[in-house]
Amino acid sequence: MELLQFARGTALNFALLVFFVGLAWRFFAIALLPFKKNPTQPRDGVGTKEKAVAWFQGIFMRMWPHKSFRKASFFTFVNGYVFHIGLFVVFFLFGPHVSFIKDLTGFSWAYLPSPIIHFASVITTLSLIAVLVYRLRNPVQRLLSTAEDYFAWFVTFLPMITGLMTVGHFGARYETLLAIHILSICLLLVWFPFGKLMHAFLFVFSRGATAVRMKHRGAQL
Amino acid sequence: MSVAKKNQKPHFDKQGDRTDEERVEAAMQTFIQDFGATAALYMESCVSCGMCAEACQFYVTTDDPKYTPIYKIKPFKQAYKRHIGPFAPIYRVLNLTPKVDIKELEDWQELLYDSCTMCGRCSTICPMGIDIADLIKQARHGMYKAGLMPERMDLMGRTTKLWGSPATPIEDFAEILEEDIQDVYGEPLVIDKEKADILVTLAPAELGDHTKAVADIAKILNHIGADWTFRSDGFEASNIGYINGDIELQEKLTMQLVDTAIKIGAKTLILPECGHAYSALRWEASRWYGKPLPFRVIHMTEFLAEVLNEGKIKVKKIDATASFHDPCQLVRRGGVVEPPRDIVKALGYDLIEMEDSGNFGWCCGGGGGVISNTRANPLRFKVFEMKKEQFEETGAEHFLTSCGQCRITLTGGAKKFNWDKKIESLLELVADNMIEDDASSEDSKETTKENTKEEA
Repeated sequence: MELLQFARGTALNFALLVFFVGLAWRFFAIALLPFKKNPTQPRDGVGTKEKAVAWFQGIFMRMWPHKSFRKASFFTFVNGYVFHIGLFVVFFLFGPHVSFIKDLTGFSWAYLPSPIIHFASVITTLSLIAVLVYRLRNPVQRLLSTAEDYFAWFVTFLPMITGLMTVGHFGARYETLLAIHILSICLLLVWFPFGKLMHAFLFVFSRGATAVRMKHRGAQL
Repeated sequence: MSVAKKNQKPHFDKQGDRTDEERVEAAMQTFIQDFGATAALYMESCVSCGMCAEACQFYVTTDDPKYTPIYKIKPFKQAYKRHIGPFAPIYRVLNLTPKVDIKELEDWQELLYDSCTMCGRCSTICPMGIDIADLIKQARHGMYKAGLMPERMDLMGRTTKLWGSPATPIEDFAEILEEDIQDVYGEPLVIDKEKADILVTLAPAELGDHTKAVADIAKILNHIGADWTFRSDGFEASNIGYINGDIELQEKLTMQLVDTAIKIGAKTLILPECGHAYSALRWEASRWYGKPLPFRVIHMTEFLAEVLNEGKIKVKKIDATASFHDPCQLVRRGGVVEPPRDIVKALGYDLIEMEDSGNFGWCCGGGGGVISNTRANPLRFKVFEMKKEQFEETGAEHFLTSCGQCRITLTGGAKKFNWDKKIESLLELVADNMIEDDASSEDSKETTKENTKEEA
């Protein structure tokens, strides 16, 4: 099965290389820019320790919107949680994925029964479809969206749908479907460092930076 | 093109007679030079979720998606990707992100100046924590350099460069204080004293619409026997450079205050009831001074709360209900949440908070220079209607605030809609209700009179 071998071998190795080098470069390139100094006296009682704590508080406090915004942002937040948690569960807690990661890295962990994963996959896929529909219909998101936003959605959706097809042996031989599924993950990995999917790592820093800035002023995070 | 369209006034203003290419180049160069790691993090983190729209008064009151806060920096995001970002060479070679052109900058002038008060409410909803208000401020630096800003705001900048203040030439400052304020209100003012513990600064509104505030701060300082002064060479605190995006002017105005405070040996510099003055000096002065300032910088509201909490002044209790409008730069962007509430409490008001208050309060709609930019009036009035509705929902009798610009904006809105509600200043309320008939205050008033005579 040449395609599967290619997907598991050359394609995956290339994708992982691009992923890690791209990731490192993106962080490095940001860090190369000047860190502006502003030695203003902080609010009384705010020191380095308080700012460090604020960094972590800032990361967690933005996990749910303040009540002033809850109604307006309900769908985006709730659906956002559904597909983010879904992607995590499906990717990290599916038995075959855990075995695959073990083969690659040597690390493994407990996984969930397949029926639960299948259920989570369907929910996640539906949630991702809802993301796209909302982006196309909501005037604000439609205006903000660039080709990259749609491409990021596509490379996230593709592994989900190909994964479901593989599990369901739908449309082709299992080996072919598996190869396509792995190639779709390769595409995701290759695109990851270049586009907005990087927010999976960057949110820690952007939330933290604002929290530290606001803590310095004694303002609410 | 129809005649009506031909005769339509452009939706942007231009300064100078440079070519379009020169303007774009100036904007991009400024933007690139200005760009730091934190701003890059913000640019990189955006997921285009659009939630910031729901936090912006201009979007909420118009339902127009172009007022989505993160959209307001679109050309600069484009410039970041093409010139600064980690993959800028790829974007340039493959032309994945087009060059920013003059039309984009012209179109975006309205979004950066007319429909953003830099209030920062959008930052509080952003799931990525992006400080969009700060990015807008940086984008304005580029627009200023390109000579693409609202004429009314540029006029204020030009006046300030000429006079040292948008309100009056600094040479006339002492005379205005004496003739238009001291003589009118009868409160002795200390002007141009050589050395003083406290340097008191002002905003343009206090030399125009709110002259009583000047007499009121003098009244309180005289009452507590403070060693204070106004200075002709360091009174202008509103910092139009900060608002316009003119960094050189911001630095000049900042250092004018810093140098004066150091020269007179001030231990404290009191900023007027002005939100942007607080942001510009309290949180940005050290960018140019290079280290923490050798004196305290406090907002009038912090000063009033201090003297009330320390028992230096006492006030008569007002038996009424009130709601407080949170000035964005003071509260959300400045962390001064409790002091105004302490003052309201000390005055005896029963404070009824608006539905969204404190960190999440809605902007008055006039900050960030919008109040000076008259072509933005229709937008500003829409925001006012929302604010009015929020206040009315509280059922409170008094509408209080602690920022002169918010007060002017809300008062202007009230006038437009024939709303008979007076927008009251905490400073003026404290001064009006201060109990003066205790022995110590008489002594301190005598001391101040002597100080004033000596200076004369």
